[in-house]
Amino acid sequence: MTRGGPDERWIDGDHDVAAINDCVVDTVQSPRTRNVWLVALAAAALGLGALALAVFGVFWWYVGIWGVRTPVYWGIAITNFVWWVGIAHAGTLISAILLLANQTWRRSINRFAEAMTLFAIACAGMFPLLHLGRPEFFYWLLPYPNTYGYWPQFLSPLVWDFFAVATYGMVSLVFWYVGLVPDLATMRDRSTGLRARVYGVFALGWRGSARHWERHQFAYLLLAGLATTLVVSVHTVVSFDFAVAQLPGWHATVFPPYFVAGAIFSGFALVLTLLIPVRVWLGLRDLITDRHLDQCAKLMLTAGLVVAYGYAAELYFGWYSGDPHERELLASHLHGRSAPLFWTVIGLNVALPQSLWWRAARRSTAWLFVLSIGVNLGMWLERWLIVITSLEHGLLPTTGGHYWPTFWDWLTLAGTFGFFAFFMLLFIRFVPVIAMSELRELVGDRRPEGA
Amino acid sequence: MSALQGMLAEFAGPGDVLAATWAARRAGYVALEVFSPYPIEGMAEALAFRTRLARVTLVAGLLGGAAIFLFQGWVHAIEWHLDIGGRRSFAAPAFIVPTFEITILCAALATVFAMFVRNGLPRLHHPLFAVPAFGRASQDRFFLFIGADDPRFSAPTVRAFLVSHAPLEVHDVPR
Repeated sequence: MTRGGPDERWIDGDHDVAAINDCVVDTVQSPRTRNVWLVALAAAALGLGALALAVFGVFWWYVGIWGVRTPVYWGIAITNFVWWVGIAHAGTLISAILLLANQTWRRSINRFAEAMTLFAIACAGMFPLLHLGRPEFFYWLLPYPNTYGYWPQFLSPLVWDFFAVATYGMVSLVFWYVGLVPDLATMRDRSTGLRARVYGVFALGWRGSARHWERHQFAYLLLAGLATTLVVSVHTVVSFDFAVAQLPGWHATVFPPYFVAGAIFSGFALVLTLLIPVRVWLGLRDLITDRHLDQCAKLMLTAGLVVAYGYAAELYFGWYSGDPHERELLASHLHGRSAPLFWTVIGLNVALPQSLWWRAARRSTAWLFVLSIGVNLGMWLERWLIVITSLEHGLLPTTGGHYWPTFWDWLTLAGTFGFFAFFMLLFIRFVPVIAMSELRELVGDRRPEGA
Repeated sequence: MSALQGMLAEFAGPGDVLAATWAARRAGYVALEVFSPYPIEGMAEALAFRTRLARVTLVAGLLGGAAIFLFQGWVHAIEWHLDIGGRRSFAAPAFIVPTFEITILCAALATVFAMFVRNGLPRLHHPLFAVPAFGRASQDRFFLFIGADDPRFSAPTVRAFLVSHAPLEVHDVPR
């Protein structure tokens, strides 16, 4: 009477319910991974320290320490923002859209991908706030009654962005936590002493009552429906930051779908980059199989094709518009100043991913790992091309400019990598990385020996 | 008044506990509850239970969306009107992004809040946690609970009833 049956094929070996529990719970605070984990955490803490320094620099000397100057008002801070928000999207797609589409393979990777989403949103959210010029007044974006009689300008894409990213962050957090509660109860029941108490508090006293499960599953489904709209809307709103402006290279109607596809593309790339080593490190290859990576690769290829369409549409409309400024930018991309960057982006994001049409490429863990890093680099460079190259070009040759990131720009980017790694490592160490309660359902019919 | 909160039968599989639950319903027991490490398909039906959580989602989403939409209109058309090239101050299309975001946010938070409140959570202490074997309800065992507040409850008959469905064990749940 369970939904098991044919879906068992997503789990290798003959794990029954108890074996899955053991497999996943053993990854939490496992003595085997302890030393490597401590070293990795120390390295990530250095990055976290770098971020603290970079943020301090911006608060003390303001954005002048970044390489931004007229006409390039937005430097790699905005590139990083768009890139990190994009990374987040794969987690939401895996947890929400694949749930609605009844794709059972998502159950092995959704918890991990959602954690990635949360920390990526946190990294992303820092950049526009630090870029405000006076970051200490970031809360002026919130509509709250104040003695100045001031309200946010709701017609501004910056305010839209704030609403979109804040909603995305909060909904992702509750979605992740609701799915986590039954697993925290398992951790509570398998721990003793202080650990049991801590897990117990976060498990909220979950008892696994059938009525509770019914409401829980229904709420989870409703959240998935709501989060699905966020998968397509958040990067749409991010693209408005550009598309609403008149600048050549920004003012294009293809931007919203093109940004969303780019987000999912780079998000799946990071899922692959991280899952490939982590599943080996934690000994979870029976639960996160090569077939799971194959599925991710297929979705990455699909999103990549939409991105390729976006590039084509952008070029075509730039040419077809007849606008001399758009055409100049186009010529610069194809065979001018920005050509090396443009063709690198095409190579990494369009040409190389075509290898995924072949099953052998999708089943080669080494190739997927290399390719996923290439795609992430390519997507970061693509955002450089959109944000910085367009601003450098401008409308007239006389108003053009040049931008190169300073030490502080790079330090902030490196710092967010440290921040992301630090919290991912904490997550891996203290929280079950796989949604046990969801996997149990897949093997519910497998009886333990002698039962 | 019985010294028991109820009685708990422990099963190894979801099919066993589902069959026992249907039998308990047919035998006329009403204070039934089932505990399992993952949701069992068909169990809500066996317990004649339906959730109406979707109403909360709908109402919260509509209210949140309407509130932020009207609020933006009030800010830009009444409270803090800015004349930008004579453009219409109640710029409804431009209000859509925050309206959409707040709709989703209110719907999601209200759904989760309502789910926990209706489930009576958080509740860190519960009589069931006094049964040592109950720790496996979150792992690999399935439990049927018949409460002492059931009008047909009497310890010997309930125990006999539960034992007749071949559980691994029957536990008393102290009050």
